[in-house]
Amino acid sequence: MSKKNLYSLLAVLLVAATVLSACGPKATPAPTSTQVEIFSWWVGGGEAAGLAAMQKVFEAKYPSIKFVNAAVAGGSGTNARAVLATRLSAGDPPDSWQAHAGQEIIGTYVAAHQVAPLDDFFKSTGFGNVLPKTLLPLISQDGHPYSVPVNIHRSNVMWYNPKVLQEAGVTAVPTTWDEFFAACEKIKAAGKTCLALGPQWTAMHLLENVMIGTLGADGWSKLWQPGADWTSADVTKALDNYAKALSYTNSDHASLTDWQPATKLVTDGDAAFNIMGDWADGYLENQPPDGLGLKAHTDFDWAPTPGTKGVFVFLSDSFVLPANAKHPDATNAWLTVAASKEGQEAFNPVKGSICARTDCDPKLFNEYLQSAMKDWSTDTVVGSLTHGVVANDAWKAKIDTALGLFLADPTKVADFQAALAAACKSDGACK
Amino acid sequence: MSQGFVLNRSQLTLALALMAVGIVSIFILNGTELDIAGKNFTSIGLLLGGLLFYSGILVIVGMFKNETYLSVALLLPSIVAVAIFVYGFIAWSIRVSLSKWKGLLPDYTWVGLQQYTDLFHDPRFLIDVRNTGVFTVGFIAGCLIIGLGLAILLDQRLKGEALFRGIFLFPMSISFIASGVVWGWLMNPATGDRITGINLIFKMLHLDFLISLWQTTPPPWGMAFTVIPAVWQLSGFTMALYLGGLRSISEEIREAARVDGASEFQIYRYIILPLLQPVTLSAVIILGHMSLKIFDLIVAIGRKDLRLDVPGIYMWNTTFDGTNYAQGAAIGVLMLISVAILVVPYLIYSMRTEAEL
Repeated sequence: MSKKNLYSLLAVLLVAATVLSACGPKATPAPTSTQVEIFSWWVGGGEAAGLAAMQKVFEAKYPSIKFVNAAVAGGSGTNARAVLATRLSAGDPPDSWQAHAGQEIIGTYVAAHQVAPLDDFFKSTGFGNVLPKTLLPLISQDGHPYSVPVNIHRSNVMWYNPKVLQEAGVTAVPTTWDEFFAACEKIKAAGKTCLALGPQWTAMHLLENVMIGTLGADGWSKLWQPGADWTSADVTKALDNYAKALSYTNSDHASLTDWQPATKLVTDGDAAFNIMGDWADGYLENQPPDGLGLKAHTDFDWAPTPGTKGVFVFLSDSFVLPANAKHPDATNAWLTVAASKEGQEAFNPVKGSICARTDCDPKLFNEYLQSAMKDWSTDTVVGSLTHGVVANDAWKAKIDTALGLFLADPTKVADFQAALAAACKSDGACK
Repeated sequence: MSQGFVLNRSQLTLALALMAVGIVSIFILNGTELDIAGKNFTSIGLLLGGLLFYSGILVIVGMFKNETYLSVALLLPSIVAVAIFVYGFIAWSIRVSLSKWKGLLPDYTWVGLQQYTDLFHDPRFLIDVRNTGVFTVGFIAGCLIIGLGLAILLDQRLKGEALFRGIFLFPMSISFIASGVVWGWLMNPATGDRITGINLIFKMLHLDFLISLWQTTPPPWGMAFTVIPAVWQLSGFTMALYLGGLRSISEEIREAARVDGASEFQIYRYIILPLLQPVTLSAVIILGHMSLKIFDLIVAIGRKDLRLDVPGIYMWNTTFDGTNYAQGAAIGVLMLISVAILVVPYLIYSMRTEAEL
């Protein structure tokens, strides 16, 4: 075959191949409303199982919509949120994403016009009527709700090992920070660590609980509202308590991988107390490999953190409607399931949290969660700092840096307070 | 060479067909999604369409008798890509660092060097600078000394040299994240009943005075311990560089020195080491640019412990956790400048020497 013919043949073949493939089945039309891509950081343990349970409810109700799980791994969502920020700035939002209810959504996503208000959704489903009244203002901006809370977690829980307390001669569980420090002296004398702590985010978790326990619910809430005063003597007292609490922690806390090793120090009998959110309950009680398979009240026990009896420090995972949703009908269908009694009852017992709705059946939940459900309906509710309720991302990042500098030298309480006050001025409520 | 253009009809047909197919497939893919075995291959399809179109252009350019046209056309895509994705983005980062963009919405309000002056008054950034300094000095010195030592030992033509070379080089094939996690376990600072890792070995050997807090030692010395895994990982690489250098020094030079009565130490001190100077320079450049940009190893060991903070971690934190894009860009630009100060003089120097050759 001559070169000339070869070129012509190639050209004909190419055109023919394109025409064929254009008619062929390979290229499918872009889906309009046939899929819903749900972005979260629920990839392991009870969280992933809970999401799968809710997915099942969704698929039974909306068999024509394909559920796409776009979960990104990484503790408390730090990696996932970086991926999400990149997707949002590229104009490619998922159909709905997980975010902590409160300022994490309002200060970050609503401020950037990435999230649409849900007034119509709340009106048509009556979802607002089954939520606690204290929750609505925290997920709203100027009266417009912006997210569908799926679950409620409690931050202010103190997990302890009754055997370690008994051996050290601590007879009563401490209810104030002064009692706590007295107990710590005894436990230290018995050769154990008093307070188990993990990496830096758990130190922030401890900070919010010491501050609420010292300042009270009101004093805490005021720190996040216009006119906040971070320079007051009360805040100094709270930070002094925090510095003291840090002095009773395990020396290797900064090198622990996450909160689980710290909680395990308590159940292993190396430490007496650990202050961690109530997701620890699932880790302690679930059978291996998802948990430690321990017995409540004998292997471990719980109490509100010192000074917070009658206060419920909450955080909530919630889902949003993107401002320029690609598949608004599918997103709406997902939010309907996430808000429904059926969806929340499928999700929460597995995840180890309580429903945001107040009408869930308590019988589906274990003993700890039932006690949390009871407190949720009676306690004063305040928001968590570590888990995105009270401060926007920029403010929280500034507080995190101030905290990190303080942890490097926990004697410099005055510097810490000055840095916190500066953070409030630059990115927070003191503007 | 003739400058002419010879029209070859069948080549032209092929070129037009390629271009047409490329354009058509791009248009088709634009409206649909390419789904193969459940995976979305749309972007790869678009890329292939673009390549087909460009190959049509190449065929046409190839009809010119002057081959310079073809070589320019072949290089053009890479030049454009590098111009956009490297230099374009550097320029954009610099622009962002001169703005006050905070939050997900871009805000290009000009604030001049404000972000930079703020950084140099930011206690966290000053810690980062100090930590990078400690890490860089320790890392380069450790790698050079251990790498040179190993290379000299291996250069003694001992048996099983290839095996040792392999063993010393292996750590380099592990990612920084993996070695950081494992070294984090080994350098566990826990005391008392929970003592573990290297500290446990020291205890069992009754070398209690060696038990250390490792990376949690009060600043700035904690940072010095993060140098250990980094040196472990890259001293083998430095050894390979030096070994290459040693092998290129001819035996005759050494023998001439021996005949003149030089001791082995003097041979190394006055002959070998000066001859290895170019190798040392390359090693310092390669290791230095790694340590100035270090992120993964420190994250894996320090878990965002601020005592072990470096600019890379601060940039990640402030950009993605704090949505402070302007500050993140400023940190990135400062890191680029610090690496450029190290690399650019070397590039200029090596280009000059090449020109002389």
